[in-house]
Amino acid sequence: MIIEFGHFALILAFLVACVQAIVPLVGAHRRWPGWMAVAAPAANVQFLLTAASFAALTYAFVMSDFSVRLVTINSHTDKPLLYKITGVWGNHEGSMLLWVLIVTLFGAFAAWFGGNLPPTLKARVLSVQAMVGVAFFAFILFTSNPFLRMQVPPFDGQDLNPLLQDPGLAFHPPFLYLGYVGLSMTFSFAVAALIEGRVDAAWGRWVRPYTLAAWIFLTIGIGLGSWWAYYELGWGGFWFWDPVENASFMPWLIAVALLHSAIVVEKRESLKSWTILLAIIAFGFSMIGAFITRSGVLTSVHAFATDPERGMFLLMITAVFMLGGLTLFAARANVLQAKGVFSVVSRESFLVANNVLLAVSAFVVFVGTIWPLVSEMLFDRKLSVGAPFFNMAFTPFMVALGLLLPVGAMLPWKRGALSKAIRPLRLVFVLSVAIGVLAWAMQTGRSGLGPVGLFLAAWLVSGAAVDLWSRTGRGENRLGRLARLPRADWGKAVAHAGFGITIAGVAAMMAWKTEDIRVVQEGESFELSGFTLVLEDVQEVQGPNYVSTMGQVSLSRDGTEIATLYPEKRFYPVARMPTTEAALDIGFWRDVYVVIGDPQSNGGWAVRTYYKPLANWIWGGSILMALGGALSLSDRRYRIAAGARKTPTVAGGVPAE
Amino acid sequence: MKRLILGLVLCLFWAPVGAVQPDEMLDDPQLEERAREISGGLRCLVCRNESIDDSNAELARDMRLLVRERLVEGDSNEEVVQFIVDRYGEYVLLQPKATGANLVLWLAGPMMLLVGAGIGWTYLRRRSQVEEGPKDVLSQHEAERLREIMKD
Repeated sequence: MIIEFGHFALILAFLVACVQAIVPLVGAHRRWPGWMAVAAPAANVQFLLTAASFAALTYAFVMSDFSVRLVTINSHTDKPLLYKITGVWGNHEGSMLLWVLIVTLFGAFAAWFGGNLPPTLKARVLSVQAMVGVAFFAFILFTSNPFLRMQVPPFDGQDLNPLLQDPGLAFHPPFLYLGYVGLSMTFSFAVAALIEGRVDAAWGRWVRPYTLAAWIFLTIGIGLGSWWAYYELGWGGFWFWDPVENASFMPWLIAVALLHSAIVVEKRESLKSWTILLAIIAFGFSMIGAFITRSGVLTSVHAFATDPERGMFLLMITAVFMLGGLTLFAARANVLQAKGVFSVVSRESFLVANNVLLAVSAFVVFVGTIWPLVSEMLFDRKLSVGAPFFNMAFTPFMVALGLLLPVGAMLPWKRGALSKAIRPLRLVFVLSVAIGVLAWAMQTGRSGLGPVGLFLAAWLVSGAAVDLWSRTGRGENRLGRLARLPRADWGKAVAHAGFGITIAGVAAMMAWKTEDIRVVQEGESFELSGFTLVLEDVQEVQGPNYVSTMGQVSLSRDGTEIATLYPEKRFYPVARMPTTEAALDIGFWRDVYVVIGDPQSNGGWAVRTYYKPLANWIWGGSILMALGGALSLSDRRYRIAAGARKTPTVAGGVPAE
Repeated sequence: MKRLILGLVLCLFWAPVGAVQPDEMLDDPQLEERAREISGGLRCLVCRNESIDDSNAELARDMRLLVRERLVEGDSNEEVVQFIVDRYGEYVLLQPKATGANLVLWLAGPMMLLVGAGIGWTYLRRRSQVEEGPKDVLSQHEAERLREIMKD
């Protein structure tokens, strides 16, 4: 009964979304306040209905209702409760329901906090958001219905992929979706602004919190996924340039560009049409991401729903929204007049450079991702584009970005002098170069990767610190003023420093990791990068829904015991699937990563050990970036702009076009 | 076909632990290092975007052994790669060759950067030369609203 209720709620939400897509749009065009006012309550109802539908599906998973087909395929009574719940979105249908729930959640947010928006803009934003909703409701109901019943319910389910039974991966999709779908909100704002025919500073300020929030979620989602790959896949890689990873990385890059160009719109009323274009493209990449993951066109480990019908449907949705958005852009972009005047040396021009670098780097990732497809279709050449290509083609953009960033961050708006901006940075620049040179001198190989990475990291972190300090002015009590600086300033510095920390981690890990692969007898010891490891023991252990071969490895350095590690090899009998649980000794400066392999015919075990310098800096930096975004988001300027204060609108107060 | 499917399944789900096994490794550390370098750039054919160095599939193991065999025979790195490409096709190269149509792939980034930099530069030049536009086209009511919204 509850399942049918959820199904029914989903259909109702679809109908409400249809109404919300049409009525407010017509109302805004005709200036009918009553029709425009439909938008907000409709957005609320739509959200509540979708939430009810999602709750019904969650209920089916928690209660292990195996009359629901989806639950049978993806759950099992023995599964821990947490993974029963996360199993709701650990499959195609459920994850699309989560996706559309987030679409409606963002719509409801705009309804709750959009009191400050001009009524026509608000009506149009909510209408466009509802159009996105309509498309995905239709997609779920017509191709991926999660509420289908089984003719004959089985006694037990078929389990969830054990690889997915992990906190890192369980919470990776919701964050990613919050990010992807958050970008639908900026898309709605962009399209609404094009229909309105005006983009001003206020628009920049309204749209920025949504972009920031989407970007924060994307950062966390990508970070979680990469962290999961690092410790779960068993050889300590953190980024594989897999099509599905790229699908999340492209919107991230565009969102970073959008965040920065929206600042220029807000502060200087320039870069308007570019910002609108980026907002459209960002959501386009989100949907291309959904298409890549779901269609199986570029299949990879992640593609859990390889189905041409769904792929076509998603491609249609993407095409309709992109063509619609871009056509509207082409027709209306000329009404957006740039106002700000600025010289070539200014904050604006560095932000333009930032946007060029980020957009082109996203383009490189895009071309590399779809090239195998293009090449096979057009030139009949079956080829691969893998990590070596991306490392070579993508890295230069990040190096250039890192080099320019601290200088651009110090430049004033409108017109600046390079020499004046650089002066406070001279000392930290020399210091950063010194760190790079030191790294060069201390390493054994000739690779430039490590030294350049550490130089950039030092330059970015110290540059952010100098930027923050220079904002405290002169004279007494600079520390006190430092603490009272606007949160947005802190956010900027923290996020930029986080970027540096991540660069340090990536560079150090790629340049200086060491590994050891060997057969080890029980009781035997071996060395790796100054550490001594002893395989003490190997045992069979029974887990709740798996059996495990667990090794006991003691780790020591210069005779002092550091840790005892328990690398495992698990076998999940229901899913008939083995997994590796690497054991990590996590440290600030390095990780030691131990994996136990197969027993050898002549006794002993295959053991692989990795030494990963600065590994945690990769995710530490990501956390800092997200934290910087959150600080910026909590700045009081956005809280006020988000509409804490409402001004009564008189009937004739609708802004003229 | 059956073998391919099995390989795929193994690759996807047996992915963990895998990769280079101790018994495959060459005794000469220099040769072994070259073998690792080469196999990092070769794709496991039955896997999704994994190099044979990372993969646990049976086929990847065969290819790793083949690479080592050629190295022991005294082939240079390029010769080994060519040997593998001759047998398995261009598809095994994780870094596609910059020849023929692939030039588009390799030049896409640099060309786009030039275009982007060109557009950006033109834009900057224009912004620095124009006169400050008509001051404000907002009505008084709108100007008030804007002030309120933008108030820090």
